[in-house]
Amino acid sequence: MSDTMKNSDPKDPTETAGLHVAPSPHIKNTGTDTQRMMIDVMIALLPIVLMSVYLFRLYAVKQLFICVIACLASEFLFVWMRGKAITLSDCSAAVTGIILALSLPGSAPWFVGVLASIVGIGIGKIIFGGLGMNIFNPAMVGRAFVMIAFAQLMGAGSYENMTGLVDAVSGATPLSALKFNGLTMDIAPLFWGKTNGSLGETSTAACLLGGLFLVIRKTASWQIPLSILLTVSVIAGITDITGSYSGVFLVHHLFGGALMFGAFFIATDPVTSPLTAKGKWYFGLGTGILIMVIRLFSGYPEGVMFAVLMMNAVTPLINRWTSPQPMGEA
Amino acid sequence: MADQPTAFERFVQGILPENPVYRQLLGLCPTLAVTNGMKPAITMACSVAFVLLCANIVISLIRNLLKPHLRIVVFTLTIATFVTIADRFLAAYLFQMSKTLGPYIPLIIVNCLIICRCEVCASKQSVGTAASDAIGQAIGFGLALSSIAAVREILGTGMFFGMRVLPSAWPDWVIMVLPPGAFITLGLLLGFVNWIGIIKSRRSVND
Repeated sequence: MSDTMKNSDPKDPTETAGLHVAPSPHIKNTGTDTQRMMIDVMIALLPIVLMSVYLFRLYAVKQLFICVIACLASEFLFVWMRGKAITLSDCSAAVTGIILALSLPGSAPWFVGVLASIVGIGIGKIIFGGLGMNIFNPAMVGRAFVMIAFAQLMGAGSYENMTGLVDAVSGATPLSALKFNGLTMDIAPLFWGKTNGSLGETSTAACLLGGLFLVIRKTASWQIPLSILLTVSVIAGITDITGSYSGVFLVHHLFGGALMFGAFFIATDPVTSPLTAKGKWYFGLGTGILIMVIRLFSGYPEGVMFAVLMMNAVTPLINRWTSPQPMGEA
Repeated sequence: MADQPTAFERFVQGILPENPVYRQLLGLCPTLAVTNGMKPAITMACSVAFVLLCANIVISLIRNLLKPHLRIVVFTLTIATFVTIADRFLAAYLFQMSKTLGPYIPLIIVNCLIICRCEVCASKQSVGTAASDAIGQAIGFGLALSSIAAVREILGTGMFFGMRVLPSAWPDWVIMVLPPGAFITLGLLLGFVNWIGIIKSRRSVND
């Protein structure tokens, strides 16, 4: 952690010097430190935050406020308990809080966000040694905990039409409406986000906007989102053709759930995804397959969270499997 | 045998300093599986206490007849005898509890805690020492099981021994009575016990 703090120091000579002559390894640090990345992610999350505040009004504001405050507080508390230097300035806890809030339903009571933040930061991150050491995406660890702990508050029943702005079947996300009731909706509200769902997942347009910004800035890798989207398209497409849904199924599974948000903002977490380009393809492929397996064959209508967590678990294996051979070794 | 701990030392060590769960990390299968409520946890602790006590006494009595290469078989057979008694007893008098605990009562046979105590203490020391060792270890095991079960039952259902202790507005953390809750609780409590141990040893160094 002290390394990243040092790198964000503007007086660091490597940041200002135009030409820097040094012995190898020639690793260029400029503009790639943790804080810079996290601010990039926050900028990319901005359209999604605005969209969720527009759609869910005070529910979104409340949830964002609770999660960010709780994440910062638990990061402070647990890092202090471990006797380490305080790491709030790298903004990673704030990003975890925003992503967590955007993945919760707006109607969830305050303790859901607070507990998810404490579990996510405490058990998901600091226990492993802090940022960079965690195996699982902290926001998703927290969300998985409350998802299982408070199934009633997190399930389909909690997605009520809170503000009247979304044209949704009452009390159902597009995916659960399709899965359990066979109801469908038009592509336009699915794409722009005027549907029901967790705060940040509804608007495909906002997620694409933010996600493309991340990819262009190279803060997030392009391989992971692309391979996830391709895999999901292929599997959903096959299901669509064989079930003769005439496109409705595919559109719902691409735009209706947390797929866009998950592919661009959750799966691309650089700490918990593979390091090599090849590994990122495998990671995205696995995540996409697991998403569709959970969506099609389990009791849950949505599977992005569990898919990402499961692939997080095999990331060390993917890293070992795809690590490049040093030249000269067979 | 001069360097072997006395009966009283064996008894005290089993409760906290060498707690079977928190210090020796033995018997974790029942620790994780039956601690979703106080009642199954206490039943399990009592069954283990019975088997441990009887097995320790019998092994201690026949310790001079044991052949080194056959001792594990003898331990297992002795333990299996008493486990069968405990299992049939529960099925006869506490049928519902026997159903709840399911395979975990027969699985006491392979509970490493009991084989460990037979090997470490009963096969080397007198009957009195072996018995007091068994009682100490059983109390330690019971304490560990009930501490985990208390956390899980209270957080998971708002109840303690089936009686409501938290206000009815308490949102049940369902995850705590499911398997993940067992791992999380055990991990956090283990960390807590180690933390207390570190603080204690620091204090004794400073004194």
